[in-house]
Amino acid sequence: MNPFRPFFLYIIFFIFLFTSSIYASEDAAKSEEGKIDIGGMIMHHILDDYQYEITHGVVIPLPVILYVKNEGLTLFSSSNLFDENHEPLKEGYNGFYYYHGKIYPLDKSASYIDLSITKNVFSLFITAILMLVIFLLVASKYKNKMETPKGIQSLFEPLIIFIKDDIVKPNIGPKYEKYLPYMLTLFFFIFFGNVLGLLPAGANLTGNIAITMVLALITFFMTNLSGNRNYWKHIFWTPDVPHVMRIIILPIEIIGLFTKPFSLMLRLFVAITAGHIVLLSFIGMTFIFGSYTVGIMSSLFAVALNIIELLVAGIQAYVFTMFSCVYIGLAVEEGHH
Amino acid sequence: MDLLTPGTGLIFWQLLVFSTLFLVLTKYAWKPITQSLKEREKFIDESLESAKKAEEELVNLQKKNEELLSVARKEREKILSDAKKVSNSMKDEAKDKAKEMADKIITEAKSVIESEKNKAMKDVKNTLAELSLDIAEKIIKKDLSKDQSQKKYVEDLIKEINKSK
Repeated sequence: MNPFRPFFLYIIFFIFLFTSSIYASEDAAKSEEGKIDIGGMIMHHILDDYQYEITHGVVIPLPVILYVKNEGLTLFSSSNLFDENHEPLKEGYNGFYYYHGKIYPLDKSASYIDLSITKNVFSLFITAILMLVIFLLVASKYKNKMETPKGIQSLFEPLIIFIKDDIVKPNIGPKYEKYLPYMLTLFFFIFFGNVLGLLPAGANLTGNIAITMVLALITFFMTNLSGNRNYWKHIFWTPDVPHVMRIIILPIEIIGLFTKPFSLMLRLFVAITAGHIVLLSFIGMTFIFGSYTVGIMSSLFAVALNIIELLVAGIQAYVFTMFSCVYIGLAVEEGHH
Repeated sequence: MDLLTPGTGLIFWQLLVFSTLFLVLTKYAWKPITQSLKEREKFIDESLESAKKAEEELVNLQKKNEELLSVARKEREKILSDAKKVSNSMKDEAKDKAKEMADKIITEAKSVIESEKNKAMKDVKNTLAELSLDIAEKIIKKDLSKDQSQKKYVEDLIKEINKSK
């Protein structure tokens, strides 16, 4: 059998899936002049939504959960906000209406908190469930401790050992074991999120700033709460420099405290979102030019990019975990003066 | 929803889901996995260590064996050479004794022979004398009876012979 056949099948499969999902967005993103609004389509994909649009016409309505002050929790299906053509209803539902990807109260003065299960929350659940299933399954294989790894265990064991021995241990130092569970969760959460986002109809979960912000904040608090005397001394009264310099260094160090998590947050967000935008732009070119040749070429490019994005998915998970380890390592490092 | 403003709902859910994920996985996945990985690592290290030790012991044993063997070989050589020496000296002694004995026997034999010879000679002489006497008697009996002086002469002769004996 020709060894290239599965590869071509794979490419054709991807072309088919991408184009079908583009058709879906195409109608939704048509502007008033009848032209296709590729930018709108891309933003529609990148951003969060109250319903899960898998392909054109196949829309999973997700629950809207709102906490309204003085009224308590309200819960209703997001399908109530749209008519049968998936156009938002002007009059809204339950006192709320949908406008450009957001829910607003009809009564402008009402204060509320939006806790809806959006598209990203939904894929967050899927990621979490997938991780639980996989790693509990992997963990169950360790019952017989001296056995050689088999099956799914041998797929994840090298990764776990890699994270343990090559990311966490060298960067944090001797106290690494306390932070290992968090780092493993972090790495696999980002990695799974990235890869699931690359699948057709996948949501842009790890390319959402709320997700990366929470992860960066956890690292930030973990770093500063485990910071020892030596760490704080370096920030507030840097040793081995003249006194005047210490006053200049102080604000820089304090800014540095916050730029670290900020860079973590932005790096992951930008890398994943940009990847999705570039990928969709290539596919969008087909519809801008309306040509088969361009279509085939850009689809091939999209496939190549998809493979690169797979690499990025791993690299970004690695980078986020590694920098978290480096920051914590700096905080728990013992003085060496 | 905007690109750069984090949604409150998503922050809430992410905190909830991620911390649950962290707690559950830590307890039911990461802890047992890392624990058994550590144990396995230790087990492998120990096995390697004991294998190394066993090898060393084997080498030591071999060395000891060789030493023992060489000692045994030396001993054997010593015993052999001692035995050779002893056997040589015994042989020499035996030879000497034999020679002595032989010499003794020879000298004894010689002396016996000598005495026998002397005896024989005596006998021979006696016999000879008798014979010659007989012969002479016969001759003399034949002639001497005739002549007195001659008889005397023979008697003198016999005397002389006896004297010389």
